[in-house]
Amino acid sequence: MTQQPLLAVRHLKMHFPVKDGVFMKTSATCKAVDDVSFDIQPGECLGLVGESGCGKSTLGKTIIRLLDPTHGEIRFAGEDLAALRQRQLKPYRRDLQMIFQDPVESLNSRHTVGNLLEEPFIIHRQGDRAQRRQKVSELLDKVGLPQNAMERFPFEFSGGQRQRIGIARAIALNPKLIICDEPVSALDVSIQSQVLNLMLDLQKELHLSYLFIAHDLAVVKHVSDRIAIMYLGKFVEFGQADDIYRHPKHPYTQALIASIPIPKPRKNIQRMPLKGDLPSPIHPPTGCPFHTRCPHVQARCKTEAPQLVNKAAPGQPQHLVACHFDIEPGDEPTPPPKHATRAA
Amino acid sequence: MAKNILEVRNLKTAFDTDAGQLTAVDGVNFTVEQGKTLGIVGESGCGKSVTALSIVQLLPQPMGKILDGEVLFEGQDLVRIEHAALRKIRGNRIGFIFQEPMTALNPVHRIGKQLSEGLLLHNNISKKEAHERSVDILRKVGIPSPEIRIGDYPHQLSGGMRQRVVIAMALACNPSLVIADEPTTALDVTIQAQILELMNQLQKEMGMSIILITHDLGVVAETCDDVVVMYAGKVVEKGSAQDIFNHPSHPYTRGLLESIPRLDYPRKTQLKTIPGMVPGLDSLPSGCRFQNRCPLKQPQCAQAAPPMETVSGDHAVSCFYWRDQAPLPSS
Repeated sequence: MTQQPLLAVRHLKMHFPVKDGVFMKTSATCKAVDDVSFDIQPGECLGLVGESGCGKSTLGKTIIRLLDPTHGEIRFAGEDLAALRQRQLKPYRRDLQMIFQDPVESLNSRHTVGNLLEEPFIIHRQGDRAQRRQKVSELLDKVGLPQNAMERFPFEFSGGQRQRIGIARAIALNPKLIICDEPVSALDVSIQSQVLNLMLDLQKELHLSYLFIAHDLAVVKHVSDRIAIMYLGKFVEFGQADDIYRHPKHPYTQALIASIPIPKPRKNIQRMPLKGDLPSPIHPPTGCPFHTRCPHVQARCKTEAPQLVNKAAPGQPQHLVACHFDIEPGDEPTPPPKHATRAA
Repeated sequence: MAKNILEVRNLKTAFDTDAGQLTAVDGVNFTVEQGKTLGIVGESGCGKSVTALSIVQLLPQPMGKILDGEVLFEGQDLVRIEHAALRKIRGNRIGFIFQEPMTALNPVHRIGKQLSEGLLLHNNISKKEAHERSVDILRKVGIPSPEIRIGDYPHQLSGGMRQRVVIAMALACNPSLVIADEPTTALDVTIQAQILELMNQLQKEMGMSIILITHDLGVVAETCDDVVVMYAGKVVEKGSAQDIFNHPSHPYTRGLLESIPRLDYPRKTQLKTIPGMVPGLDSLPSGCRFQNRCPLKQPQCAQAAPPMETVSGDHAVSCFYWRDQAPLPSS
């Protein structure tokens, strides 16, 4: 395991100023990504799961430098991307690509599919026109689209096919890492599995690394080697995909898994849904960010923020958890305090 | 034998478009029992929402119209009823929960006003009473400190809270039937679990029937008693939730169930898929509408539409060859 990681992110922070009032004074900071560190190995798929507003998309966009990070390092193949200027980034753009959630918005509707797929080659000055067209035709084959797609426009395709166009564009320049931001959540189930299969095939064939961002833990677990669970801009749990699913150690992960509806009839089950909503990232709770919703909350959680520490058994792969306690999925919740405070 | 609260018989709904008249719902039959939940499942464009809108005649006008069929609700045919009588039923005896709580709520009115509007319209009560009942119903759907929250505007509430307000509006007049069109699709999983739990608990308390429209088979399995599976405007399979999930008999239902990635599946394996995609309403094949994606396809499928055949009890399937499938590996 002394392999050089493809991507090494260290203490990455992405804070947005919140402007207010007549003079647009900065009144607060939204800590969308707050001190996140991780590696991605060549050929690995890292899954990133969290609810809307937890900062997972911001993290993806920051890594690819669509946003300028507030602090931290994004080391890609040895170079710190966070320190580079946009112009200096161009050679790295080839290796770092992105697949977006909504293929309707991410594809220019006035260009034919052929032009859309040819554009990356033009921008990076690869080949002459005939060679480029040849490459476009190979790309269409690779993602399972018919050759006549070249002369057609994006709106002529269904959602699943449009996502294939998005994938074709992302793999055009033989990238090393693709950031996939909710690539299948806009698709119907029967189409979703087609696209997931395609992404798995391409990963094997082209030896790609993925950062797979999604809110659906079942989908993420299916494609990922390791999974990070994110809550209010921080990782709360990080480990091997199977460990996360079989032995979730953070109460938030446990609640996420328990909330997934399973297609097996069980109408009158006793569910213990998580109370409350995601707090605002502008005014995050003190101490552990999850303490406002945690069923196992104790006094210590409200004042002291837990660190991400390795809780794996000796000799086992790393399993990082940010929780003061060792909580098992079936554990009884802490009894409510005697003087129940008004729910926020 | 429980009483049927709603019976939909041979419902046909069409839209006038530039490409001519397109039949979005084509001969749909189902019943909803008192106090039970019926799930209507299918992918986008299968006609599940149009079916729901047809029941209460809220189809977009003037394009949408019901061509044929009956919708019997508490003994009245809602298709042929007077408009004034229908307005007394909508929002009163039948409540509606829409997918997007932000568009279902009016952004310029306080939620209290929107809640009491329905109450004042359908009941002969004073504004003060309506206000009190609104507070009660907000408390019932789990909104903390409802006396204060009732003065909020929709944008001051989170997505989950807004959906609770929409549910409160649907339930305000004690309806006997609630139609919920993708009530949790826009919500996060932990919030979805809260809302589903709330609907379950309210159903136990108030005894209403629910029609739950969704594309998520997991949600159906956890909330529904009976299930209708729709494909391209037709019912392809119906039965109890046990029947549908334990003995899926239509190749489409099977394909849907098998293509969902589950947490207990081995990672990075190929998922089963349904090849191809749903045909457009203007290019439906003759005969069985699922034939171009079906693993069981035979020449007969292109010649005639398969009738509903009984599998067992109330479990029925519209396929000529459903008996030819290998039994599902028990999961």
